[in-house]
Amino acid sequence: MSETVEDLLRRCAPQVLGVVARRFGDFALAEDAVQEALLAAARHWPVDGVPDNPRGWLVQAAVRRMTDLVRSEAARRRREDEVFREPAPGDAVDRDDTLVVLFLCCRPELTPASAIALTLRAVGGLTTAEIANAFLVPEATMSQRITRAKQKLRGASFALPGPDEFAARLRSVLHVLYLIFNEGYTSSVGGALHRTELSGEAIRLTRAVHARLPSDPEVAGLLALMLLTDARRPARTGPDGELVPLAEQDRSRWDRALIVEGVGLIMGALERGAIGEYQLQASIAAIHDDAARAEDTDWPQILGMYGLLERMTGNPVVSLNRAVAVAMVHGPAEGLAVIDTLDDRLPGHYRLDAVRAHLHEMAGDVPRAVAHYRAAAARTTSVPEQRYLIDKAARLAPPVPSTGGGAP
Amino acid sequence: MAKFLLLMNYGPAANCDVPMDQWAREDIAAHIRFQQDLGKELAENGELVDAQGLAGPELAKTVTFTGSGTPVITDGPFPESKELLAGYWLVDATLERALEIAAQASAAPGPNGVPIGQPIEVRELMSAPASTDL
Repeated sequence: MSETVEDLLRRCAPQVLGVVARRFGDFALAEDAVQEALLAAARHWPVDGVPDNPRGWLVQAAVRRMTDLVRSEAARRRREDEVFREPAPGDAVDRDDTLVVLFLCCRPELTPASAIALTLRAVGGLTTAEIANAFLVPEATMSQRITRAKQKLRGASFALPGPDEFAARLRSVLHVLYLIFNEGYTSSVGGALHRTELSGEAIRLTRAVHARLPSDPEVAGLLALMLLTDARRPARTGPDGELVPLAEQDRSRWDRALIVEGVGLIMGALERGAIGEYQLQASIAAIHDDAARAEDTDWPQILGMYGLLERMTGNPVVSLNRAVAVAMVHGPAEGLAVIDTLDDRLPGHYRLDAVRAHLHEMAGDVPRAVAHYRAAAARTTSVPEQRYLIDKAARLAPPVPSTGGGAP
Repeated sequence: MAKFLLLMNYGPAANCDVPMDQWAREDIAAHIRFQQDLGKELAENGELVDAQGLAGPELAKTVTFTGSGTPVITDGPFPESKELLAGYWLVDATLERALEIAAQASAAPGPNGVPIGQPIEVRELMSAPASTDL
């Protein structure tokens, strides 16, 4: 498959940024200059053709722009305290700084929202307008968020973290990529289609990390999790954009190629030993994707995985998912008992009610199921989720006749 | 990321029961400056989606479909309304941060620069499921 100009630009973006940031020792300004070079290339290349050395062309354009920026008085003032601690080595254009830029954009001192925005622009090569559009905020707001994020990175060294820091910092990177994926995936229901590109972008960036750290099992685990989750996307929505839960999906619509790749990745990762949370989540996704019909799902194995994940993360949402697995293996009463231990840790969370409703329905207790479906619908902030929950209640409960107005 | 609507009503506040059109000129100016500065600060933080004030209830109309073909249009807000929306901020932020911004907005200055303590209602916008679920 031939690479489009846009793909090529996005692939080059972090590498060009690395060269320019090193040469000038000013990441924030270099990022602006590279963004402008990318925009210029997007205008010229489709008309004039792609140059023989696209990366060199971009570096040259960015350096020219950078020189203009550095000359301006404001930039000179800013540069005085923005020089990286790292001495600038020679700018070999064949050097690949993708990981360096990614680690810089996902530094723990940035809020997730800032890290996501900066990563999409500096590593993903997206424009501010595209990012603003994906997150449904004005472009000026997103531009300001990116500027602020770059200001926070002043003095951060332009180099990969050392061995003692590497694992923790990689966790931050993977978390940001996971959030980007999730943002796109969760909004794929209900027709917010332009946001689903975020999932594709997250997969592309995670592939890039995996290509550079092929033996890291958690990177492979995260990539597998994304592929195995994304494989179900075609079956996740009904004809009117409504949410179709996993158990009711038409499994023939799942993307087999993605499942095969995801399963291969997770199998390879698990053989390397050190089990992490993304590998466990990917394993659970793989077990689901492996079942030809919902009733073929290997729930005992999923239950075991959730047990490990719960011990590893202490995340109450994981415990809630384990409650579902407990119910599938040991019956709804056992599952409900697990949920009863979570009220303090997930106070008022709509999913407590949603899962309770589901388990009461399994147990045949219709009035309780209806009450909890309605309570969950009242608490969710998700439009498709609310629609699904109201529909579940309506399916179980007879409608209340209207008496034709009066007091509400 | 979630979005929150911060709603402010006309009407008595915790520390002030005098309507703004009866304040001293410099107090009115300080109050308006405060609101503008807050909007600017939110924009500079990359948190602001929108902020607007609403025209007064004197200009409100209420429209009701009655089933007979012609809707009934009356002057004024909902007849039962005790609270009237004066304006809103729409922010893209965490809940924690939205509550912080609301507290700031509630402390807008009134007569003699005393924070008036106008209650601010915080409402989350419906969106996709929270991305922090797992």
